Amino acid sequence: MAVGVRTQDLRKVYNSAPPPGAGGGFIARGDAKGSKAPKVQIAALDGLTLEVVPGEIFGLLGPNGAGKSTTIGILTTRTRATSGQAWIGEHEVSSNQSAVKLLIGVVPQRPNLDFSLTAREILTYHAAYFGIPSKIRNDRADELLEKFKLTERAHQMVRGFSGGMMQRLSIARAMMHDPQVIFLDEPGAGLDPQTRILLWEIIREYHQTGKTVVLTTHNMEEADALCQRLAIIDHGRMIALGSPQQLKASIPGGYLLRLRFGNQTAALLDSLRALTGVREVRAHDKNHEGSSNQDGAIPGIDLYADRGGSLIPEIASVAANANAELSDVHISEPSLENLFLHHTGRSLRD
Amino acid sequence: MNWKTFFAMLSRDAHVARRNAIQLLLQTFLQPLLFVFIFGKVMVGSGYMPAAYKNLLLPGIIAISMVFTGIWAVAMPLIAEFQWTREIEDRLLAPIDVAWIAVEKVIAGMLQALIAGLIVIPLAWLVLRPGIDISIHAPFTFAAIILLVATFSACGGLALGCSINQQHIGLMFGMVITPMIFFGCAYYPWSALKTFPIMQKLVLINPLVYASEGLRATLVPQFSHLPVPAVLGALLFFDILLLVVGLRQFEKKAVS
Repeated sequence: MAVGVRTQDLRKVYNSAPPPGAGGGFIARGDAKGSKAPKVQIAALDGLTLEVVPGEIFGLLGPNGAGKSTTIGILTTRTRATSGQAWIGEHEVSSNQSAVKLLIGVVPQRPNLDFSLTAREILTYHAAYFGIPSKIRNDRADELLEKFKLTERAHQMVRGFSGGMMQRLSIARAMMHDPQVIFLDEPGAGLDPQTRILLWEIIREYHQTGKTVVLTTHNMEEADALCQRLAIIDHGRMIALGSPQQLKASIPGGYLLRLRFGNQTAALLDSLRALTGVREVRAHDKNHEGSSNQDGAIPGIDLYADRGGSLIPEIASVAANANAELSDVHISEPSLENLFLHHTGRSLRD
Repeated sequence: MNWKTFFAMLSRDAHVARRNAIQLLLQTFLQPLLFVFIFGKVMVGSGYMPAAYKNLLLPGIIAISMVFTGIWAVAMPLIAEFQWTREIEDRLLAPIDVAWIAVEKVIAGMLQALIAGLIVIPLAWLVLRPGIDISIHAPFTFAAIILLVATFSACGGLALGCSINQQHIGLMFGMVITPMIFFGCAYYPWSALKTFPIMQKLVLINPLVYASEGLRATLVPQFSHLPVPAVLGALLFFDILLLVVGLRQFEKKAVS
């Protein structure tokens, strides 16, 4: 029976720098009361509520520091929430840790393989921690090593493994005790395209056995290809939720044209809005909302429309009429990247 | 409590210790044996030290070997596993309360400390003989003392290993381990400090003092030593203190 995952109003405030790979990096405020050692508080999660349906592949998409890893940390017992609750199936995570740990498998963002053991021992000892009898764990280890193309290296220490091999072994390890829910923190990061596709296949195959998969990513392509539903999070909050198709369809028009003009006037914006197929026009000044380029907001105009290239001649003539020379154009097709931009005014890659 | 998980972790540590046996033996025994050779053999043989010093030295060497092994066996892997390889994360995700993972580390450290004590006795005896006059007069007291010593060294390793940053390992040796050894009454009896009364009181905060004096009391009672009940009480106190501190620090590290 598949197991779901739920969080209710999760908040996490770090009093010091969050551990590597656990988000954070914004809303930093020092105590301005003149104490000798100002306490820096970093809010990594700010009231996150989400529900992962049993047996789905669910993605958390967001830029670095959005709170994705902190969410995974709380759901996997490694991070204590400042407030709010989280459940794996029927078990509340903080009060039922051992029961939760039996249900979950975790693939961390950074490899944490046991450097004192060989690849095969890493798998068999992991299964032993979960009380799996030796015959079963030996068979399963061999099976997974074969599947992840690691059989030849089975009896080598993992110290000399490449990043991709370590990542594969981490996933094999997480699958050793056949968990109902598997968490993968940035599974595709740092993998070559070929290995990434192998990884996607393995995740899909695991999901087909009725298991729930929760993964984080800041890679659009990965989120789009793999996830049945996605939550887009930023600054510790959810800003959009739905299937990749639904999310992409929710962008006005779908196409995003990022334009830059020599001279950006209100009249120009109005004429752009009047063009057929244009849904929304947003201007970014250099001092847009008091934030300069730090936020990744490029000075210029973002134009959401239901067509792309065919708009360019019209835009160019509107610009000529308004005495504003078109200096730069970038067209992107409907994508999750555009969705993120639409909600936050920032690019996911920033 | 999940015993299967607990024993699987112990067997993992035993497996790793077996794999690194030679390195472990060298790092544990080389220094004490050199000390035994220089002070027990060279200095005594050339007449700069009285012959009786051999007997005084042996219990101290056992104490140092055990304490050092226990601290090292727990602290060094913890520092590396939490901060560098993060390999402990796999065990933190095993279906067991995290405090038991720390307890497992302590048990593994205790076993290594006990093994170190059992190996160093015949080794030192071989180097020092002839003229060594050692026997276990009160076997139960002796067993209690070496158990308490093994416990405090492993708990101390836990507390240190979970409190010290990787870049401060050198500092740990300079500021904690070295003074502990030199002021641990391992190479001289506590009574020898009577000409330095303030220091004699101060060294009592050093748990190694009770380890050395306790072993001296049970192996070579002919030399003056601290009273056995005081030794047992102090060792028990340090065991509990270091275990509580160590567990607290461990949980702090394990859950962010």
